[in-house]
Amino acid sequence: MLKIDDLKVSYGGIEAVKGISFEVPEGEIVTLIGANGAGKSTTLRTIAGLVKPASGRIHLQAEDITALSPDRIVSKGITLVPEGRHVFPDLTVLENLKIGAYLRHDDLEEDLKWVYDLFPRLKERSWQAAGTLSGGEQQMLAVGRALMSRPKLMMMDEPSLGLAPIVVKGIFDIIKEINHQGVTILLIEQNANMALQTAGLAYVMETGRITLSGPGRELMKNEAIKKAYLGK
Amino acid sequence: MLQEKKSKRGTFIALLCVAALLVLVLVLENTMRPTSMLFTVLKKGAVYAVVATSMNLLNGFTGLFSLGQAGFMLLGAYTYAILTIPVADRESVYYLYQGTIVNFSLPDLFGGADTPLGLVLGVLLALILAGCVAAAVAWLIGLPVLRLKSDYLAIATLGFGEIIRAIFQWDVLGPVTNGANALKSFPTFSSFNIENADGDVVLRLSTFVPFLLAAICIGIIVLLINSSYGRAFKAIREDEVAAEAMGINLAKHKRPSFCISSFFAGVGGGMFAMFASQAQAKTFTTAMTYEILLIVVIGGLGSISGSSIAAFLYVAASEWWLRFLDAETYIGDFKVPFLRTGFRMVVFSIIIMIVVLFFRRGLMGDKELTDLFRPRRKQKEAAK
Repeated sequence: MLKIDDLKVSYGGIEAVKGISFEVPEGEIVTLIGANGAGKSTTLRTIAGLVKPASGRIHLQAEDITALSPDRIVSKGITLVPEGRHVFPDLTVLENLKIGAYLRHDDLEEDLKWVYDLFPRLKERSWQAAGTLSGGEQQMLAVGRALMSRPKLMMMDEPSLGLAPIVVKGIFDIIKEINHQGVTILLIEQNANMALQTAGLAYVMETGRITLSGPGRELMKNEAIKKAYLGK
Repeated sequence: MLQEKKSKRGTFIALLCVAALLVLVLVLENTMRPTSMLFTVLKKGAVYAVVATSMNLLNGFTGLFSLGQAGFMLLGAYTYAILTIPVADRESVYYLYQGTIVNFSLPDLFGGADTPLGLVLGVLLALILAGCVAAAVAWLIGLPVLRLKSDYLAIATLGFGEIIRAIFQWDVLGPVTNGANALKSFPTFSSFNIENADGDVVLRLSTFVPFLLAAICIGIIVLLINSSYGRAFKAIREDEVAAEAMGINLAKHKRPSFCISSFFAGVGGGMFAMFASQAQAKTFTTAMTYEILLIVVIGGLGSISGSSIAAFLYVAASEWWLRFLDAETYIGDFKVPFLRTGFRMVVFSIIIMIVVLFFRRGLMGDKELTDLFRPRRKQKEAAK
């Protein structure tokens, strides 16, 4: 579905991503794991169009989407749940969700119901300012907001960041559920354990390069991975 | 849905209130002594409400901290004045420059400012063009300036206001701008009073007209803010990164917001010229921008009703209610201490500090008057 070819990205003279190629098959949960500064977030931000690549190509279902503007990319069906949630704190939960559907001009009622069914907690709080929600609820809102654009591919940047383990488990259950309903997911995580358990396909990124790939559960058995990311 | 029905009721109540207010103004104006200070305050308040609302659209809703408001008002005031001074009066207004190179007048094109049609059409068209000129200049200024953020944007727009003022006082442009001298003789709010054949006023409209204009302008801004476009403005204010990730093109929203805000500042500038019966570059100082900024902050960043209410309170307090503090007063032989010219501003500043201390997010915060009709608990129940 999504195909990345030899992508290179530089920030102010420093090459953060040094030529990576990978694929995200349709209907899968794919994860990109790696340490801080490995270039995971940069990769996602480049796919979303927030950062322009130095070279390389990004294809979505055979269509070249390299260096399109972020709004064009959202309308092609790729959405990003940014790191650290980034909900709009002074707007209500409902307004946040409506902004997620900003580029659509059709009826939102059905999608609102879908999101509220996935996250009943958001429905209870739909009139509350998003800034007053707990961290876990804000993450739910960030996911719900991204879903409102009716994406084919949802990219998530560290959904477990700063959340209690029990909440993280809840979030991953929802991710599986959303995937089950037909949304392809590309996930980056430092919580490698959770990510590898969930993902059908995993890539390991180290200092701007992909060093390892394979089905998530197989990588969990890999000695190097165990040592570097799972703390075993 | 329930919540939609409720917001419709809120809109209806708001419209009703505005209509009632307009009628009240009309009645007051035709029953009370026309020289009362109240009407000066109401007229200036209406003008400031328009400009404050336009500034709020930019600063409070889109989160762009701009201080160019007085500059855009100046553009509006001059555009309005230049387009509406009757051709017959141009010689005397521009006497220092032996007349002007602009030899037409919008009201004259529709039969002259003395006829109802010429007056209404001419003034309306001139005000719209005043807004358009301000918006066009805003678009140009916005190209380089809107790349800046927060304080830097404020400084750049502040500089713009100063430059515009200097340019309009420039001698070389005298045949158009009348140099540093005032433009006058154009239709003012009082021109709208209806007189009978003997020259007696039968129906006063000089306060009603600015109120009507303000209601229309503010109404348009409210409609804009409540649209999905307005929601995108708020998203940009809250978090640019997330807004961009949601597919909101930053440049394509910041620039229109800047232009629309300037448009209404321009219209407000034209109205200010009508209020003051003259347009002169030296009135549109940075201090004026600060006055308007003060109104926006006191009313509440992100609240249209806050800006409107604060505009009237501000004008009334600074120009009317505190006047007695400026007069030296004796009770018998006892001279009341402190009371002398200028003391008013001391008290006024203290009042503003107190207001800001007690209402940290302005009088209205980011709530609107219509929100007061919808208690919080009911909203929650509606959501369940």
